[in-house]
Amino acid sequence: MTKSLAGVDVARRINAELPGSVIESHNGDVRIELASIRNVARFLRDTEGLEFSFLSSITAVDYVEHFELVYHLVSLKFNQSIVLKANCYGREELTAPSVCGVWRGADFQEREVWDLFGIRFEGHPNLKRILLWEGFPGHPLRKDYLGQDP
Amino acid sequence: MTEINTQQGQSLTIPLFQQTWDVDREEGGVINHLKATHTSMLAEPVIDVPDDLERNVAVTSIDALVNWGRKSAVWPLTFGLACCAFEMIASAMSRFDIARFGMEAFRPSPRQADLIIIAGTVTWKMAPAIQRVYEQMAEPKWVISMGVCATSGGPYYGSYSVVPGVNHIIPVDVYVPGCPPRPDALLYGIMQLHEKIKRYSISREK
Repeated sequence: MTKSLAGVDVARRINAELPGSVIESHNGDVRIELASIRNVARFLRDTEGLEFSFLSSITAVDYVEHFELVYHLVSLKFNQSIVLKANCYGREELTAPSVCGVWRGADFQEREVWDLFGIRFEGHPNLKRILLWEGFPGHPLRKDYLGQDP
Repeated sequence: MTEINTQQGQSLTIPLFQQTWDVDREEGGVINHLKATHTSMLAEPVIDVPDDLERNVAVTSIDALVNWGRKSAVWPLTFGLACCAFEMIASAMSRFDIARFGMEAFRPSPRQADLIIIAGTVTWKMAPAIQRVYEQMAEPKWVISMGVCATSGGPYYGSYSVVPGVNHIIPVDVYVPGCPPRPDALLYGIMQLHEKIKRYSISREK
């Protein structure tokens, strides 16, 4: 069973290397500044003893006043996992830094978040819809998305 | 990404999504058009017999022979969309054995198939492909809508991405309810289709 690292411990290590990037930390997750996501990602991937080499999922949550991006990281070497969270403010023209350069597996996941939540990932090599088709109106997993009557 | 060398010797990088942009837009346009135009259910299909043939040709027992031939070797298309496909596969395996009804040959090409079993959820993105596959099949052809998703959208009724019944896209002969239907149910649906095929006539409709 993959062991879930305490967010507080990881946050301490991140803070020592990249001060100011951690907002808060809980038992299971670390909330970081969105702008520093790429540095934090690279730090978590490359640091000895952490080595989160595998990004198992990226998803988003719509809290109406802001979006929350959730990154699930797994260290295959140590069989450990950690959850990164970052807030993304606004409703229109949302942007977040892409972590495609850190984990190649982020490619499709970020496309899915763009498709269903409408968050643009800056620096993504091929950001277009993945599940829905081009020309689909809106982003359906947003809370303000109104479906049509069948 | 593709590196493109300009005449000045500089290399330009064109992102992948810009290279495929036209294709994506075209595909999306087709789907949007399909979604806008296919808003009502299609009627049950009948074999189209030309008017002059219907009034002037009478046949006796050849109908029974032709229909027996057709019903005894209905070749289905290898076509599964979602979890219903597993039940369809199960009904082709030895325990349920669809071969008892002369259907063991699941054809990989629509041009060799008589029957398409819509086994699973039909999304609007898949709809143009289903329409094309159906049009590629040679007449006479039959359609079984397997499971509630294909029949009416089922649990996804009213969803933004799911067709509310495959009968919006192609005409359906037999509906098999269930989520997913057991192989017995599918086999019963197939037997109902056989009964239907027996009633066809080459000289008049129905």
